[in-house]
Amino acid sequence: MQTILDNLPLLAQGTWTTLRLLVAALLIGGLAAVPLAVLRASDVAAVSRPVWLFTYVVRGTPMLVQLFLLYYGLAQFEVIRASVLWPWLSSAWFCAIAAFAINTCAYTTEMLHGAIRALPAGEIEAAKVLGMSRRVMLRRIVLPAAFRRTLPAYGNEVVMMLHGTSLASVVTLTDLTGAARELNARFYLPFESFIGAALIYLALTLVLVNLLRAAERRWLQPLAARS
Amino acid sequence: MNARQRLIALAALLTATHSAFAQTTPSNRLRIGVEGAYPPFSEVGPDGQLKGFDIDIARALCAQMKAECTLVQQDFDGMIPALNARKFDAIIASLSITEERKKAVAFSDKYYKTPNRMLVRTAASLVVSPAGLKGRKIGVQRATINDRFATDTFKESEIVRYAKQDEIYLDLAAGRLDATLVDAVAADTGFLKTPQGKGFGFAGPAYVDPAYFGSGVGVAVRKTDAALQQRFNEAIAAIRANGVYTQLQSKYFDFDIYGGAAR
Amino acid sequence: MLHGYAGSLLQGAGITLAVALGSLAIAMALGLAGALAKLSRSPLLRALATAYTTVVRAVPDLVLMLLVFYGGQMLVNEVLGRWGPGGYVDIDPFVAGVSTIGFIFGAYLTETFRGAFLAVPPGQHEAALACGMSGWQAFRRIIGPQMLRHALAPLANNWLVLIKSTAIVSVIGLTDLMHRAGLAAGATRQPFLFYASVAGIYLLFTSLSELAFARLQRHLATGVRKVGL
Repeated sequence: MQTILDNLPLLAQGTWTTLRLLVAALLIGGLAAVPLAVLRASDVAAVSRPVWLFTYVVRGTPMLVQLFLLYYGLAQFEVIRASVLWPWLSSAWFCAIAAFAINTCAYTTEMLHGAIRALPAGEIEAAKVLGMSRRVMLRRIVLPAAFRRTLPAYGNEVVMMLHGTSLASVVTLTDLTGAARELNARFYLPFESFIGAALIYLALTLVLVNLLRAAERRWLQPLAARS
Repeated sequence: MNARQRLIALAALLTATHSAFAQTTPSNRLRIGVEGAYPPFSEVGPDGQLKGFDIDIARALCAQMKAECTLVQQDFDGMIPALNARKFDAIIASLSITEERKKAVAFSDKYYKTPNRMLVRTAASLVVSPAGLKGRKIGVQRATINDRFATDTFKESEIVRYAKQDEIYLDLAAGRLDATLVDAVAADTGFLKTPQGKGFGFAGPAYVDPAYFGSGVGVAVRKTDAALQQRFNEAIAAIRANGVYTQLQSKYFDFDIYGGAAR
Repeated sequence: MLHGYAGSLLQGAGITLAVALGSLAIAMALGLAGALAKLSRSPLLRALATAYTTVVRAVPDLVLMLLVFYGGQMLVNEVLGRWGPGGYVDIDPFVAGVSTIGFIFGAYLTETFRGAFLAVPPGQHEAALACGMSGWQAFRRIIGPQMLRHALAPLANNWLVLIKSTAIVSVIGLTDLMHRAGLAAGATRQPFLFYASVAGIYLLFTSLSELAFARLQRHLATGVRKVGL
């Protein structure tokens, strides 16, 4: 126990790394997902199919594998190492954020798409009847409703991403899990190391969940059960 | 009897039959923790079978002790915690005998000893010293003696930690690392003699400081398992005497690996 | 083919599938119970369910699995040592993996089912009660089927995430697909080939899953107009 307290700076450093990875991945992936979800919901096959393929492949494979492919797999090829992309691809930070962002983007796209599809068709027809242009309809009717419906599931996604960042320790980054593994390796204290990390993750998650719950309370009012 | 009475009777029965089962390992079935990612000492072949010097030694020792052994694969940085959690009864994974480790486990006598050296790209002409490697990236396997030594000695360098030595070779070949501190024999067979190893070589001295690098590689057992420790000592002495050791050694090395310098 | 490692990879794939299916069974049972608890009128049930989902969703699978594997083993040893016959019982990686993942995803499915319950217009429940159905009848005939339809998309997501998080079981020594690929990649120095193969196999699993879910979705959505943009 004392050992853990002595090594708090290491855990703190790891936590900071975890947070940076999480925010970067969510911002990049989440923002990219909105236009992709709209494209995905299009009736035009040439527009929705490519997005479908993207989410299909990314959702269909473990993030760990995607991370390894980006980090170790690409580095195997001489051609890549000599290319202009190498300064980016050789960095573990870049590979990790890229893998996480791509992953969350695919999932968020599908969630939003599902929510858009689940809209009562009558609302869309009403919007069209009222003369709303596509853009206005999206902005005022479709997207707000879709965001609302997606909230519980997106809350899941945010938390899953927080956990996903623990994979960064597998490609040399010292995030919170990496710090715990190092403590375990150095002092042979699996219980203390991992419970310490678990408590910090718990604290981080509680903060996130409370934020999400506040958001839900505010935006899911119309959908709440009354009985 | 109603349900509650039955329950109490059962509990009483169990407590009554609580006998002092020995806390040491039942003698003839042993589980041995091995790594599987550290050629030529342990690796996994295409058929999914473990092979390597550590594996052969493990099997030879078990045969000598007339014990039925199961090999259990474990990542290196979880070896000692797993042993103490009774996942297996002994570790044969090129674990060096150091004072620090002796606080957590008990060791048998050594079964080999090799030097540790810094592996670098020869063209880079790096000077292997704390000053010479300032700002450079040194890769080490987590929880190894190399990890400890590099962390404490090369304070101005960036120490990058990996779960497997294989991953270090990949990153060294890709140019993500400038150097790695590693067992010389393992690096020679596992990397230098492979196609990726072209253009790489050892630099700097052979590290033998016993404080870090210990006095050789041994079999680790739980501290409460003195009897098992003794059995392993006897078995090691036996296979060295009856030629089995020499035979296994010559499969992999054309020099004597018992004496020498240190994982 | 694959430098001879193909057979080994396929065996690993079988183990991965077994872990995933076992975990799903446990998770669905826990998820349904949790959702009903969270939506119930009893504050105790709600608190318990909230504690469950909060704590479990708060810790990464990797950390939980390591805790169960090392800590669970120590606990079993302790219990057996003090109150039982002594000696040891090994918690093997398969059991540790399945129970941990099932337990973890039960928490996620609780949220999924809860969201699905909430997405059913409240009027449906009121109307059912007004028609004279009991609470259970209302659930079985009206709310349940509609809830399933809303749950299906996130459930599919959860299943896909589940089957992929089985990859972390390799960390506690289970020689599943990921584990074997890692060893092969290290031995042959060809990570791209092996990880791409692993990706391919997982893609196969997920494709079959998606097909199954799509079919289920079509069946449950009979009579609902789809929105097109």
